[in-house]
Amino acid sequence: MRTRTLVKVPATARRGEVVEIKVLVSHPMETGFRRDRTGGAIPVDIIRRFECRYDGDTVFAADFHPAVAANPFLAFTTVATTSGTITFEWVGDNGFAHRESAEIQVE
Amino acid sequence: MSWRHGLAAALVLPIAALADAPAPGDRRSGYETMSPALRAMQDDDVANPGMLWVLDGEALWSTRAGAADRACADCHGDAAESMRGVAARHPTFDPRSAAPIALDQRIERCRVEQQGAAPSAPESHDRLALTAFVAHQSRGLALGPFDDPRLRPFVDAGRASFHQRQGQLDLSCADCHDRHPGRRLAGNVIPEGHPTGYPIYRLEWQTVGSLDRRLRGCLAGMRATVPAPGAPELTELAAYLAWRARGMTIETPAVRP
Amino acid sequence: MSMRPGRRHFLRITGAIATAAMVGGPVEAQRRRGTMRELEAAVRATVGEGPIVEGRVTVEIPALVENGNAVPLTVRVESPMSADDHVRAIHVFSEKNPRPSIVSFHLGPRAGRAEISTRIRLVDTQTVVAVAETSDGRRWSGRTDVVVTLAACLEDA
Repeated sequence: MRTRTLVKVPATARRGEVVEIKVLVSHPMETGFRRDRTGGAIPVDIIRRFECRYDGDTVFAADFHPAVAANPFLAFTTVATTSGTITFEWVGDNGFAHRESAEIQVE
Repeated sequence: MSWRHGLAAALVLPIAALADAPAPGDRRSGYETMSPALRAMQDDDVANPGMLWVLDGEALWSTRAGAADRACADCHGDAAESMRGVAARHPTFDPRSAAPIALDQRIERCRVEQQGAAPSAPESHDRLALTAFVAHQSRGLALGPFDDPRLRPFVDAGRASFHQRQGQLDLSCADCHDRHPGRRLAGNVIPEGHPTGYPIYRLEWQTVGSLDRRLRGCLAGMRATVPAPGAPELTELAAYLAWRARGMTIETPAVRP
Repeated sequence: MSMRPGRRHFLRITGAIATAAMVGGPVEAQRRRGTMRELEAAVRATVGEGPIVEGRVTVEIPALVENGNAVPLTVRVESPMSADDHVRAIHVFSEKNPRPSIVSFHLGPRAGRAEISTRIRLVDTQTVVAVAETSDGRRWSGRTDVVVTLAACLEDA
């Protein structure tokens, strides 16, 4: 399955405004605790780290454990400082890496 | 009333009069019995994981595929226009097979015959994604009306199987979904069983799945014989459920526990 | 695992749980003390030794959880989130999951608010604890008890 993401960042904001960001990424977050039909252990395969950078600075990050639900969802906030790019990066097991970005206009 | 009059009345009686399903207007989607948190998850397109499949289906819609090297969009154009209302009409009567055909089966036929693509498994990611995308174009529209007379015998057969006691627990679908909706089975509220949001993102599955999968899971829970995915008896049951839910609002992609 | 170094703090985090567990009888109480001890060990492995003060942290989970596979969670910490007084990290722990650590969030003054929502897996009815680290080196905690209902019809996957 291709990695899909849904990202919500307000297109515009006032300087100093606290804006909400929501991100959703497709990933099974396989816990490593499940077994297949033949009784074999299904190996753990999860996203380990999420980072949000705003104009190059990390403004929010998360470390995931297997207890984060499949297709991880996050809602967090950041202060609108300057017009620019907000980037999102997910990194995980088996070489998983995905990057997304959104533009914000600050007045 | 004479015997003859009675028979005549039975012959002209619309299907609705024969069913003990909730009357139109009284029917409640499973959405309405969910917690506010789950309803919020379905309502917010950025929080609804089913939208990831819709998004994938949107990409597939305009990706060239198969021996014909053609995309869905090459023939059907903008899905927002061409596919609006399509999910509301499925399962529909398919003259070629003289049987009802479900939306995913219709899409699959188009993929194989028009695009020359390799056949896909009923519960495969791409089939679910494309079906979710097409069905999503009908979100907010009313299901039905399913008044094609050619569909009627299949709706009747589906209704019969809905009321048929089966499996080791000797239960029918109607025992739970017509007679006891709103009550609890283990910790869960029994829904009326309306197919208004398929393919759905089910938390139990942690993924998107089809109505077929849901029906098969339900039958397994009843310890009944479980038909193969895409089996005609499942499509008949789906046709009855769709007819039973006619007039209800399409929610795809719905979120359910 | 030695209980000694963190015993007082362990009690601080789990005090109410032990009381609540008494309702379930001595076996249940002992079982819950066991699982809370694992939670405590995970907290210590994450934030180290030192006092953890109950307060400022709100763990919000809907009263009714229909399925433990995706439980909506919001954690909130009272903080001005200024350059010299802000939340640096929030760690969330489970009492009964196979592993106590659920998720850690790293933030700073540029977050504006210390409020994060996500969806987590909870294997059973249990306590969820969040521990926040603030920029002055202090730690705060909050917790909530969650009732997780189990699905009636589990299909043969």
